[in-house]
Amino acid sequence: MKTDGTKQEEQQNRAGTDETLLKLERLAAGYGGVPLLEDICLHVKRGEILTLIGPNGAGKSTILKSITGQLRRLGGSVYLIGQDIDTMTRKQIAETLSAVMTQHARTEYMTCREVVSMGRYPYTGSLGILSEKDWRKVDEALLRVRADEVADKDFMAVSDGQKQRVMLARALCQEPEVLILDEPTSYLDIRYKLELLSAIRELAAEEGLAVVLSLHELDLAKKVSDTIACVKNGGIERIGTPEEIFRGDYISGLYDVEKGSFEPLLGLPELARVEGEARVFVIGGGGTAVDTYYRLQRQRVPFAAGILSANDLEYPIAGALAAEVFVTHPYEPPEEELLQQAMQRIKRCESVLCTLPEFGQYNIFNRKLLEYAISEGKTEALR
Amino acid sequence: MFGAVFVLLLVLVFWNINTGSVALSPQEIVELLLFRRGDDTALRIVWDIRLPRILAAMILGGALSVSGFLLQSFFGNPIAGPYILGISSGAKLVVALTMIFFLGRGLVIGSVVMIGAAFVGSLLAMGFVLLLSLRTQKMSLLIVCGVMIGYICSAITDFVVTFANDANIVNLHNWSMGSFSGMTWSNVAVMSIVVSLTLVVTIWLAKPLGAYRMGEAYAHNAGVNVKALRVMLILLSSLLSACVTAFAGPISFVGIAVPHMVKVLAGSSRPQILLPGCLFLGAAVTLFCDGIARCVFAPTELSISSVTALLLVPVVLAMMLRAHRHV
Repeated sequence: MKTDGTKQEEQQNRAGTDETLLKLERLAAGYGGVPLLEDICLHVKRGEILTLIGPNGAGKSTILKSITGQLRRLGGSVYLIGQDIDTMTRKQIAETLSAVMTQHARTEYMTCREVVSMGRYPYTGSLGILSEKDWRKVDEALLRVRADEVADKDFMAVSDGQKQRVMLARALCQEPEVLILDEPTSYLDIRYKLELLSAIRELAAEEGLAVVLSLHELDLAKKVSDTIACVKNGGIERIGTPEEIFRGDYISGLYDVEKGSFEPLLGLPELARVEGEARVFVIGGGGTAVDTYYRLQRQRVPFAAGILSANDLEYPIAGALAAEVFVTHPYEPPEEELLQQAMQRIKRCESVLCTLPEFGQYNIFNRKLLEYAISEGKTEALR
Repeated sequence: MFGAVFVLLLVLVFWNINTGSVALSPQEIVELLLFRRGDDTALRIVWDIRLPRILAAMILGGALSVSGFLLQSFFGNPIAGPYILGISSGAKLVVALTMIFFLGRGLVIGSVVMIGAAFVGSLLAMGFVLLLSLRTQKMSLLIVCGVMIGYICSAITDFVVTFANDANIVNLHNWSMGSFSGMTWSNVAVMSIVVSLTLVVTIWLAKPLGAYRMGEAYAHNAGVNVKALRVMLILLSSLLSACVTAFAGPISFVGIAVPHMVKVLAGSSRPQILLPGCLFLGAAVTLFCDGIARCVFAPTELSISSVTALLLVPVVLAMMLRAHRHV
């Protein structure tokens, strides 16, 4: 940490190396002796973030609890910095691995600083009195997660976001090499979610920690993780970089999404499209019609959208929500046949909405559509 | 805070020595205590009756409060205590049965046997509560069960006492209501040895207890051997409350109220503060209650539990309401 220059340098130097800090080998995990998951193999290197995603009840927490030892392992091995965890003492484990958990922490009459100081447990003597150096570590950890301003407040009195940062500081002042976080962003608002994940990303890089966390927010998982492991059907169904995981329909399949969809590129979850024949035709593009799509979706009006270029940023959203999308190849005008089909659709729709403020040289076909709609008298409720 | 508690203790000791059928002047008391000088009757009253009783009330009151604190740590709930969970009553039942068994055969019971019997009773009742706690995490249900266990044990005790028509057993009735009367120096010696040994072990638990107060998962993560700690908590709290029950019968609410009072006074939940705090404030509170029990309707004595209930239940209620506001 900051004043501990040598350790920091050492860790930064090692951050570049390919040292595996945490390795799971054929781990079996579950409750009451019944394995819920089997054959889990994972490894995390220094400075890396591994994120577990997957549906509720698939066993993300179970895996994390089996790593921390809170849950008895039902098979396989866990290695910390190359050492079998079974051969390590509780103190050694606590000095290497710490966790931020979902369990409610009882903190009667405890200030945030005192909560953080609990992380010094493995380093204090048999009476548990903290030395000056220990308190310095506590303050450094608080500073590290930017929770120093609430240090002397009662833990119960601070906001959920601050609580979570304090819990992160507690885990940090245990000076771990491996950090486990079980759904650290649950119940946080978007600002705190972003702050916390940024802090974790920073820690991984600067302190050279290996981080394993579970997340429900897929969009954030995609952005924060080096590796993503998908937990489903009693094991790791797929593991890879975010680019490998967020591809095609895989995520929708992972979560068995039936009512709605998940758009892998932007990481946007969408509600289910309104089924039925399109009643409204939306002429949009370039993101101008996104709000209109959502409004029609809320009003449960089936609609058609077009003509969009396949690389238009709103195309994935239209694809998820519209009953029908007229799409053309990027940077090419539509085939005459597509234009005719769109006009047929407009003819059968009750009305047409155009969200484009102007049509350029390359968007003449949409102006044609609008002119056709006006001539058909479909645009009285224009815009 | 500790200074204030010490002063309070000193005042209470003085008051307790002075209270009773024979009134003494402060000067006489000092002379009696320090130089063993003065009226023969007064000397006997102070040295043979009042002093052992005062010491017993202090030692046992402290033990009871520490026992309550350990149980509250175990269950992670401020309402837990040896009396409310039925542990004191379990101890009472086994002690009563043992007494009847021994007295019926004309044997004399030593304090150690009494403590042993109470310990067995405590552990039996505790085991019952623990079995229930495996089935439900709800503290309210656990406490209701504890109260039920308490009633059943008390009922059986009453039953046994009523039908055992030995003259000696009449004493049992007084004892089973809870009282510090009739303490001897040898009692005080035994209880101080048992309690101080238990406390020495407890001090070594202060560190893991500190981590455990946030919850099992957090303690485990910090490197605490949670299972071992839980076993120790059960054994130590049972031993302490057994010691109390063996000598003074079941005493209500001290075990719940005192740890809470210490937390509020000290504004902290650190075991390093709570353990000594409970010991001394528990001693003071119990001594105060015993003084009241002795003097309010003198020469008739109240049972100690009547006084502790009357004075401490409001504290417990206030605490429960406050806890609800937080949740």
